[in-house]
This record gives sequence, C-alpha cells and structure tokens, in this order.
Amino acid sequence: MNRHVVAKVEDIQPGTRKIVTVKGREIGIFRVGDDFYGLINRCPHQGAPLCRGEIVSRLVAPSPGDYRLTRPGEMIRCPWHCWEFDIRTGQSLCDPNSVQARAFDVAVEPGRALVEGPFVAESVPVTVEETYVVVTL
Amino acid sequence: MAHSQGDHGGRDCLAGAIDCDIHPAVPSTRVLLPYLDDYWREHILRRGLERENLETSSYPANAPINCRPDWRLPSGPPGSSLAALQSHLLDRLRPSFAICNVIHGAQVMLSEDLSAALCRAINNWIRAEWLDQDPRLRASIVVPPHSAELAAEEIERCAPDRRFVQVLLLAMTELPLGRRQNWPIYRAAEAHGLPIGIHAGSSFRHPPSALGWPSYYLEDYVSQSQGFAAALNSLVSEGVFVKFPALKVVLIESGVTWLPASLWRLDKTWRGVRSEVPWLEQLPTETVRKHVRLTLQPFDAPPTEKQLQTLLEQLGSDRMLLFSSDYPHWHFDGDDALPAGLPADLVRKICVDNPLETYPRLKETMR
Repeated sequence: MNRHVVAKVEDIQPGTRKIVTVKGREIGIFRVGDDFYGLINRCPHQGAPLCRGEIVSRLVAPSPGDYRLTRPGEMIRCPWHCWEFDIRTGQSLCDPNSVQARAFDVAVEPGRALVEGPFVAESVPVTVEETYVVVTL
Repeated sequence: MAHSQGDHGGRDCLAGAIDCDIHPAVPSTRVLLPYLDDYWREHILRRGLERENLETSSYPANAPINCRPDWRLPSGPPGSSLAALQSHLLDRLRPSFAICNVIHGAQVMLSEDLSAALCRAINNWIRAEWLDQDPRLRASIVVPPHSAELAAEEIERCAPDRRFVQVLLLAMTELPLGRRQNWPIYRAAEAHGLPIGIHAGSSFRHPPSALGWPSYYLEDYVSQSQGFAAALNSLVSEGVFVKFPALKVVLIESGVTWLPASLWRLDKTWRGVRSEVPWLEQLPTETVRKHVRLTLQPFDAPPTEKQLQTLLEQLGSDRMLLFSSDYPHWHFDGDDALPAGLPADLVRKICVDNPLETYPRLKETMR
C-alpha cells in the first residue's frame, strides 16, 4: 500500500469531483464539504464509468408522499442505469448488502508532511506551502 | 385446464383443505329484494331492475370455463345452488372452509349509491342464505369499488361478523388499484385484519387491454393476467404496502405463472428509478412476497413438471400460493383440483398453512 498525492485540495471544490489515475486505476475523488472520498470509476453493476455520473442527494419518503431531501450531494448516480451509490461508502441504495463500489481511503495532508515521504507523487508536484489530497492504494 | 391424468390433489389429499375461491351466484336479482334497504327496494322495483340479472360479462354463459359440465344446474346460473355446492364440492372434497367470492354487476355499476345498495344486499344475502346454512362457508365482503368511502362503510358494517374474512375487488376498475383515492378501502381492511382479494374482472367501461378493446373472448380472458400485473404494479409503486404495512392482498384467478417475469421487470426498473418512488426502499419482489398471495386455480401451468419446479423456485416463497377450486368454473376434472407435480410439503402449505396465515379469522373457528 502506497500513498499517492493526486491533487491539490483547491483543485477539487466542494460538490465536485476529480477523476485521477493511480496505478493504472481510475478513481473518482469527491469533495463533500471539506471531506474527501474516493470511489473506483467502475460501476459494480455493468462496469460503467460510475464517477462520471451526476452527484445527487438521497431522496427518501418514510411514507408515500412524505418527501424528504437528505444528504445533499452525497450520492453518485451511475450514468448508465441510474443506480445510486453512497459517495462516502460506495454502498448502493438498491442492494446495499451485495452491490457496492470499491471505496478508497482519501486523506488531506499538508505539503510539509508529504515532502518527507514516503509517498508516490505521480503527477502532482508537492510544495510545503500547499495542502494535498492523498489516496492510499 | 389443469391436467386430469393420475391422482394429484384428489379427495383424500384435499380433506381439511381451505378452498380460497368458490363462486356462489345470485340466482336472480329478485332474491336480493328482501335484503335491500326499503329505499333501494322501491328504487329497483320502480325501474324494473329486478328483471335484469345484472351479471358481469366476464364469463359468457356458454364459455366452457364458465361451469364444469357435471356442475351445471337444472335451472339457474352455475353456482347458484347451495345444495349443489355441498354435493359437488363440500361433501365430496371435504374442505374445512370455502371462501365465497360473489362476482356481480353491483361491483361495476356507474351509480355509486346503487352499487353500494346492491353490495349491501349481496352481503346480507350471502350471510343469511349461505353462511348461516353451512358452517364451512366464509365470504368476502362485496363493496362498491368506485366509491372508496362507501366501500369503507360497508367494510365497517360487515367486519364484526367474523365469517367475513376478506374484502373483494376486481383487478381492472376505473382507477389503478394503488391510487390514493382507493386508500380508504385499504385502511378499513387493514384495521379489521381483512385481506384484499383482487379477483379477475373489469368494470368493462375501459378496455381490458392497454391496446383497446379486443375482438374476441380469447383475448379478453388472456388479458386478465396483464390486468393483474398492472394492478399489482400500481399497488406496489404507489406505496400501498408501505402505508398499510399489515395489509395482505390475494390475487384470485390470476393464472399465477405470469408473476416471476413481471417482478423481474419491476425489480430491474426500480433499481434505476428508485428515487421517483422513494417510499420503496426494498426490492419490490421482497414486498410482494411478504404481502401478496395467489389462489391456485386457474393455474397457467408450464408444459412439463420440470418446468413447474423451475417456476416454483422462481416464485421464491412457499407461502404465496393458496388452494382454490374456483367452483363452479371448469379448471379440472374429477377430484384433481391441484395441478400435477406439486411437492407434498408444498401441498400441505398451499392447502392449510398458507390460507390460515392469510386469513387469520379462519383460525378463530377452526374445529
């Protein structure tokens, strides 16, 4: 397992994502508020580029007609068949116990800590002044 | 028709079974006169409606399915004689109970009030002339489906008599069954522990097929199972089972075997459009297995017993099927009321355990 610097924090604004390639794998890095999450860019259903789908909220209704918008911007909807996945965990809504997108640990680190390593900076040059998004893979 | 070779589901096997669908018929509208409210008796006599038989046209008189040849009566419509029912079915197959489902024009009338009045009369009549005459009989409450409020009132009126074990609706009515306008019916049924029985049939003022009016009886009859699929789709999608979590629905005369493929389509599509119906948090199939039951006859059996086994696996639950003879309709000959090839342990469930679970009121009077 290595830690890979994949972006500067400011490159991924809240509510957006960036798709990066780490060790040949495409990973979507999502920023929800100030938290970062990583999901493999492959839908467990039929292999669609999951992370290119729409970032949506979780719509629920404890009873018919009792609509509630919850967890705004915390779900990703697959661009092919519209299955919804929890950005934080990769769990699907339609079958949470058996359909799950692989999730990766994502952390935010100051450049000062990173320049000392060990890490693999594949394409992002690191300076001590900045803050970075780091994926463990 | 079911196969008739061999002895499957014959007399011994069915003794003590619960027959979840038989059809006593109102012999003529005249017999309902004493059971009508004064106002509506006068109304019917003034209009001469007692001279109309008010049968629905679901079963043309000479269609073979309308009545088994040896169950035809010397006079009167099939199913209109209690004595005949006793000798043809109750004394011969010896079920512990049989549930009477009266199908009548009262259920499809345009006047909500006349519909309600005739339904009240039918419920009074079935109680006095059938339930009071044979302790093995139970009945569904017949209601005016196009007025949910009046239907709920009739449920309230009849429910205290514990021999009423179900509320009867038709699969194809003016509104898809799941629509909220119908919810007073489900609220009342749930409150009284009564399942909703959905019987094949239509109001026949809207086409039985999504493509319009068919030319032939064959098309009409086959379309019934599509009507069931649409009714079930509506009940699930509108969230009736979320709103009324204790409600059970019994699909009566649906043909049964259309169900797995219909559910696969529902499940598959739901995964992608879940957020449109956010009250559905479970796979629709799971909801259906929990809330929906199906009577056995008519059974649209696949050609081989091996295929039947596959189909039973696809249903995915041994709690869903309920024994029914569909008396006097013609689906089997002799005493072979069960389709061939059902495993013995499943037969026990179909005949006894599943009906008792579905109709809790039956347990109160088990002998």
